[in-house]
Amino acid sequence: MLITEVASKIEGRVVCCENKAAGEVEYAFSSDLMSDVLKVERENVLLITGLANLQVIRTSEMSDINCIVIARNKKLNSEIIKLATENGIVLIESPYSVFRISGELYNAGIKPLF
Amino acid sequence: MQYRYKIAGGDFSNAGAVASSVKKTLRQLNIDHRLSKRIVIALYEGEVNVVAHAYSGIIDIDIDHERIKIRITDKGPGIVDIAKAMEEGYSTASTQVREMGFGAGMGLSNMKKNSDSMQITSEPGIGTAVELTTYLNGNEG
Repeated sequence: MLITEVASKIEGRVVCCENKAAGEVEYAFSSDLMSDVLKVERENVLLITGLANLQVIRTSEMSDINCIVIARNKKLNSEIIKLATENGIVLIESPYSVFRISGELYNAGIKPLF
Repeated sequence: MQYRYKIAGGDFSNAGAVASSVKKTLRQLNIDHRLSKRIVIALYEGEVNVVAHAYSGIIDIDIDHERIKIRITDKGPGIVDIAKAMEEGYSTASTQVREMGFGAGMGLSNMKKNSDSMQITSEPGIGTAVELTTYLNGNEG
């Protein structure tokens, strides 16, 4: 699924790297636990999280995750957006909860990792 | 090639900067992508450990044609029971560390899983040293 379609299904707003939003994601993983995210081996994975801090971006960089959905419109400061931009990671803010985002995207055909 | 990085304990905004830099170096060296991912994940967990638990630390990276050695040495509280610390789920991390998305007791086991060999020595009250070796030729040593 295109990242732009993902955003539209969850009332999402693309915060940075709009130029990469034409890329695709096939799998999604919902977690607030970064050590768990570091176990993700696949490519084209979307991370859904309730955490909004620098470690989410760093962890995604290490795990080759190129798109992150931040649930419940958590405030993303300029440092977070800058690091995501440097790493070409698309950040999407959604007003929905992690549960609802996961449900909507699962229904739309995004595959789970485990 | 040898690189040395210094890390300040508690400096969460820079946690991961070393792993990020090494990731770029490995890309320049054309190291296999999956192998490079394992190396940087192990390093990142180690780097977060220093920021989360120690007062200061040094990371030495030594790369030659057959292997990469990562030595993480910190000044800090040390680990009293290394076997216990290696157990998944055991953690002494602070609330602040947990709020960052770490401290679930998976770091050391993730480091072991993502390296070909890992050695830990620690002296309570002094500090901890972790050495990770990963072979670059595709087989595990």
